[in-house]
Amino acid sequence: MAASAKRRRGWRKRLGALARFTGALVIVGGLYSVFSPGLYAQESAENTIDADAVKGQELYDTSCISCHGDSGEGIEGRGPSLIGVGSASVEFQVNTGRMPLANQGAQAPETYPQFTEEEAEWLGAYIEYLGGGAAVPDDLEALVENATVSEGGDLYRVNCSSCHGFAGGGGALSSGAHAPSLSGVTDEELYQAMLTGPQNMPVFADNELTPEQKADIIAYVQYIVNDDRDPGGVFSLGRFGPSTEGLAIFLVGMTALLLTTLWIAGKS
Amino acid sequence: MKRRKGSSDSLLTKAGGELDDRFKLAGPARVLLNKVFPDHWSFLLGEIALFSFILLLLSGTFLALFFEPSMAHVTYEGAYVPLQGIEMTKAYESALDISFEVRGGLFMRQMHHWATLLFMASILVHMLRIFFTGAFRAPRETNWMIGILLFWVGFFEGFFGYSLPDDGLSGTGLRIMEGMTQSVPFIGPWASAALFGGQFPGTSVISMIYIIHVFIFPLILLALITVHVGLVFAQKHTQWPGPGRTEHNVVGFRMFPNYVMKQVGFMLFIWGVIGAMAGLFQINPIWLFGPYEVSVVSSASQPDFYVMYLDGLIRLFPAWELRIPPYFTLPAVFWPAIAGMGLSVLLPLVYPALERRFTKDRGHHNLLQRPRDTPARTSLGVMVVVFWIIGVISGGNDVFAQAFHISLNAMTWAGRIGIVVLPIIAYYVTYRICLGLQQHDREVLAHGLETGILMRDPNGRFYEVHQPLAEPDEHGHTELEYSGWVVPKKMNRVGALEPTDKGFFKSIEEPAENGGAERRDEIESGRK
Repeated sequence: MAASAKRRRGWRKRLGALARFTGALVIVGGLYSVFSPGLYAQESAENTIDADAVKGQELYDTSCISCHGDSGEGIEGRGPSLIGVGSASVEFQVNTGRMPLANQGAQAPETYPQFTEEEAEWLGAYIEYLGGGAAVPDDLEALVENATVSEGGDLYRVNCSSCHGFAGGGGALSSGAHAPSLSGVTDEELYQAMLTGPQNMPVFADNELTPEQKADIIAYVQYIVNDDRDPGGVFSLGRFGPSTEGLAIFLVGMTALLLTTLWIAGKS
Repeated sequence: MKRRKGSSDSLLTKAGGELDDRFKLAGPARVLLNKVFPDHWSFLLGEIALFSFILLLLSGTFLALFFEPSMAHVTYEGAYVPLQGIEMTKAYESALDISFEVRGGLFMRQMHHWATLLFMASILVHMLRIFFTGAFRAPRETNWMIGILLFWVGFFEGFFGYSLPDDGLSGTGLRIMEGMTQSVPFIGPWASAALFGGQFPGTSVISMIYIIHVFIFPLILLALITVHVGLVFAQKHTQWPGPGRTEHNVVGFRMFPNYVMKQVGFMLFIWGVIGAMAGLFQINPIWLFGPYEVSVVSSASQPDFYVMYLDGLIRLFPAWELRIPPYFTLPAVFWPAIAGMGLSVLLPLVYPALERRFTKDRGHHNLLQRPRDTPARTSLGVMVVVFWIIGVISGGNDVFAQAFHISLNAMTWAGRIGIVVLPIIAYYVTYRICLGLQQHDREVLAHGLETGILMRDPNGRFYEVHQPLAEPDEHGHTELEYSGWVVPKKMNRVGALEPTDKGFFKSIEEPAENGGAERRDEIESGRK
């Protein structure tokens, strides 16, 4: 009797443990499904790859995959991961011909773009699909239109001129790298570059320069580089500063006057 | 004889007579107007500096009417849109106003700047001519030293002018000068504090260097130039050796009318070139640099070219800092900046004395030397020129690196190695070229000119016929002494061929009727 009671108690004990275990599983699973399914549900809605991204993936698989890996995770020694870089970065690199990379060097050389702007958008959409990231605001045009040129000048001189030069002509950096000239660069590209910091450029995220400030800088750069009609002469001497001015005084001024001395002395 | 009243001749004569009666002018005027100047293109280089200096005084006076040397802060409300509402100093504001609002102001500013560059460039070229021809030798050492001082006063005068507009570039220049001043042992920090009235940039430096720039240094320059030109008058100009020219005469043209006409024409031409450059080429666009802020340094911030070699030396010099604990530190910048500048002042000043010591040449010299005849001096000069050029390129090495797609680090190392190795190579190569040219002169004097006519012996040997420059001896040699002047090296130089037509754009001579047969017979020696 005592033995059977003991056995029964053991059986019940085991049954209770099982019930408690099942209950705990149900609670944990329930809690999990309360909190996480929403996340899954949301993502699955956005994660449906759209038509642009599919086209982008096709281009990616033929032109980018050998360096950036088969899903943008990067390959050691060849190319960095593209997860999270966003469409702004992709479009900047592709539209300026820096990607696909012409050759490994100090930094990606600027060449002729290999893709149309539409194709670059598809590529951007695919990279966006892989991991999100920064994008150019849709109202950029309006932002630039309402920008203050003089504010932009102040910001440009503090943040940009130490590499791109006082007149946006670019400048040398160490070990063969350089800050490129800003002439002929579009508003979009300027914004993309500031937002994503391509090559050796620092990233100016929105907490460092607000979108309005970025637009100010764009307005200033376009004013001095692309719209300025060079007060002070026909030739700006490349706006390299005193270096080319020194060259000009010897090549133009001194040369003309040396020929004059020959002429005057030859007239005797 | 009674002269007709009212004729211009008699009027002039009368006026001259009246003036002479009162001021005793005839004697000095005769001496001055009859003064003879030798004629050679290389004797006109100093004039470029002189006439650009006059233009500097004129354009500088114009700028001084509108410039306000004040570091008081204002908010810009002028015409240049990208700076509207920006806070800046009055100095920078007035420099912007000169550029954008004063009529002709930008042209005058650019003319002032281009004239400065031309002033310094022509001083350098003039100095090279003096050096390579030995024109600095006794009795003209003093004038050489005055010339060197003129360069250095001009150097600082130019640097101060560059610092006045108080834009980003001039502030950066002043900041570098502050660093250089502070690197001087013991007195450096005190000197810097005195210069800037305390901490950089202070509130007084612009007004202080303004007075130096528009008053003190121009006066010094004017005084030095007066003495410089006066000494050329007093000691008479040097001349090249040649027919009829000795150590004791001057062969050339009189001051009036020939020389004066040429000088006036040349002056107007120089001003024309500066004006054309000021109108065509933008120089120092201060509105792009913005007001000076200590935190703002644009890339490609270079000094003007005459300061650039010092900047280059600073860029090339390794970071060798000397520390003697606990207090003394000698920064690396001291060596290229202060010691380098000191040597660049000192060595040229003492060079004439050094050369006298080494050559033991105590004579007076009024005849110039051809560079090939003094190979050691010529090679030394080329060595310095190569050193200077590498310094200048290194001063702009970031611009060079960017424009020609070269790594900046490679530029620095090429400069470091080049500035040591290339001057030595330049010395050797120049020396060999000088000796080769000398040897060829002697060869032509001994054997005659190459005629280009090839002959063949009966035994088959080919040889070139040479035209001796004098009656040869039985071996076909001529004993002609080298006179220190050009030896004819081509047949048309000795009249064997028709001389080339004269005239700048078209021939101003009628071709000779008989084909110049008579002239062909006459063969002159190099001496005559």
